[in-house]
Amino acid sequence: MSGTTTTTTGGAPGASPADSGAAPEGGRAGGFMSGPVGRNLGLVVALAVLCIVGAITAPDRFVDVDNVLTILRLAAVIGVVSIGMTFVIIGGGIDLSVGALVALSSVWATTLATQAMAEDFHWIVMVFTALAVGAGAGLVNGIVIAYGRLVAFIATLAMLVAARGLAEIIANRRTQIVQNRDFLAFFSGDVLGIPTLVIIFALVAVAGWVLLNRTTFGRRTFAVGGNAEAARLAGIRVQRHTMWLYVLSGVTCGIAAVMLMARTTTGSSTHGTLYELDAIAAVVIGGTLLIGGRGTIVGSVLGVLIFETLGNIFTLNNLSSSAQAVATGVIIVLAVLLQMRFATGSFSLRRLGRGSGAGNPPAPASASGTASGGSVPGGPGGPAPGATTDRPKT
Amino acid sequence: MSAARQRPFRRLSYTAVALLGAGALVAGCTSNTPESSGGGGGGGADAASSNDEPGETVRIGFSAPAADHGWMAGISQAAQAEAERYEDVELVVAEGTNDVSTQISQVETFINEGVDAIVLLPFDGAAMTPVALQAMEAGIPVINVDREFNSPFAARATILGDNYGMGVSAGTYICEQLGDQPDAVVAEIAGIDSLPLTQDRSRGFADALAECGLNVDNRVAAEFTVESGEEAAANLLQAAPQIDALWNHDDDQGVGVLAAINNAGRDEFLMVGGAGSANAMREIESGESVLEATVIYPHTQAADGIALARLIAQDKSMSDLVSQAVPQRIVLNAPVVTAENVDQYIDAAFES
Repeated sequence: MSGTTTTTTGGAPGASPADSGAAPEGGRAGGFMSGPVGRNLGLVVALAVLCIVGAITAPDRFVDVDNVLTILRLAAVIGVVSIGMTFVIIGGGIDLSVGALVALSSVWATTLATQAMAEDFHWIVMVFTALAVGAGAGLVNGIVIAYGRLVAFIATLAMLVAARGLAEIIANRRTQIVQNRDFLAFFSGDVLGIPTLVIIFALVAVAGWVLLNRTTFGRRTFAVGGNAEAARLAGIRVQRHTMWLYVLSGVTCGIAAVMLMARTTTGSSTHGTLYELDAIAAVVIGGTLLIGGRGTIVGSVLGVLIFETLGNIFTLNNLSSSAQAVATGVIIVLAVLLQMRFATGSFSLRRLGRGSGAGNPPAPASASGTASGGSVPGGPGGPAPGATTDRPKT
Repeated sequence: MSAARQRPFRRLSYTAVALLGAGALVAGCTSNTPESSGGGGGGGADAASSNDEPGETVRIGFSAPAADHGWMAGISQAAQAEAERYEDVELVVAEGTNDVSTQISQVETFINEGVDAIVLLPFDGAAMTPVALQAMEAGIPVINVDREFNSPFAARATILGDNYGMGVSAGTYICEQLGDQPDAVVAEIAGIDSLPLTQDRSRGFADALAECGLNVDNRVAAEFTVESGEEAAANLLQAAPQIDALWNHDDDQGVGVLAAINNAGRDEFLMVGGAGSANAMREIESGESVLEATVIYPHTQAADGIALARLIAQDKSMSDLVSQAVPQRIVLNAPVVTAENVDQYIDAAFES
């Protein structure tokens, strides 16, 4: 897993200084400082165990550059969606419509009219269409949730149904083949042996990490998800921010649609089926709190890789998909348990105090305290640091 | 302060308008007029018989699952095309649904309306049996298509595709092509594994391969969608570095399977498809693809059901048979389409 280990080892030791003092692994590579070391270390262990199992059961085929690239390529599409989902969930929301938005974007970008325009001009038209459709649908989600004050679960559930229906209407329930050879050549090619799709995934992940951990937007996301009322009192425009989170998720769906179009050479209303559950599962085993206020990009990336590696190992050993479904369920529980073990094992007293608070969303001190652990080194622990750090900046 | 607050909001609305504008521009792209397709062809020009002469007008109710992929869309189109061929058939089409209780209520509506016959492709055969019995008791003949009821009294006539036979056809073709190579590697990409039809297909495939001493070495299941086909095939190709023959159950997911094969740059094996879509047949026709053959699972079976319903409602029998009255049960053949006979089938194939 050459491609992943750089991410994972970079992610594991990179905790905020406040936390890593007691962490089992003392390395402080500056790179991906995104969250408590214990949580990501648990995931790295889980992924490593999977890789060892794969290397033992299918030694010649699992440990193979092509196989690793296949895993990464399959992980890329759902991975991009998971990055957007991570933002939405940290911001205290949920987006059930991602799979449907991928389908709608892929269909809209492969209609005969769009493809004719792409033929006349450039394939970038198709990419633009997919991104614009994703962003537009995300904007609708965001406006309905932030300004219409609908519960995110319901609003995005409605979008899930409606967007897939619209995709079926536009596609006339047919599979639309991508005709543009340049488009396919660009996206299914590779740069220095690394598939373009994997590079896009890496770029999106890095951009997501920077946006979450190094910008005001990211800090506000933690603050809004940790305690919306405190964030509002701190001068954050919570509604507007929430809206942008859903637009962001929509854009990642558009990117995923382009990648899926390249992978399958088609646009179809059946693309992205159950992506919402895959993405939420990956984000949650990545250590992001479903109630918002805490989470990491690195965790989500690891979560996606764990699921894809699992599927790959099962196919290599010629096992049934039903057994794989059982194993996926077990993995979700084990990964979350492992994370909790590592997290509590390293600093039990503080974690205990936080643990009780984290289950209780309105408690401002605990929720945003953990939230800013990654973004404000040295800052966490105090009451509502999200509010104090953000106030001067707005 | 309030002014300062106002401005970002205005800027926000500008951004929103700009985004919506971009959306509106993009909206022009939804036009999707397809080139004239040969799909959905119901009955062809059959030999004229007394059965073709218009009789008393019959109302036929038709209900099928949602047309969410190519084959199922082909089913509905072919059924409607067949009904239009007869001036004495008035077809009442219920909106396709994958919800069993909705489909039950559709059949109940047909019973209340007092249609002359019902053609039913159930989403779930067992779940639709009670309401079909109810229709039969009300004196309305039910023609059961593709997915069988679990009571013989629930249908006047049953017309089925042959899933087991599909597997047998695919397996036999692969046996013929590979000849006598007992250690040849055979792979299989199945559809949704929990469906009885997938299990039947796999059983037929394994039985036919056993006849020539082969067995399935690698088997993965997809979900009948392009995307799942691509993912399953990408993993399968890693699992088996050398393959001699591959059977993919469904041509809709086959588009994704072919994408994965092209991506991996593999062409050392022969591939057989299933269902018989027009794209698959064009691949076969081109002669450049690994896809050398596909096994037909007729999408015209509901169209046949409409024709049978008309005959039953008009008290006619099938003109080519000597016995009176329409048969109870018809199982359709699953022929193999190859480069040699593809012209014969391509015009009637459905677009996926």
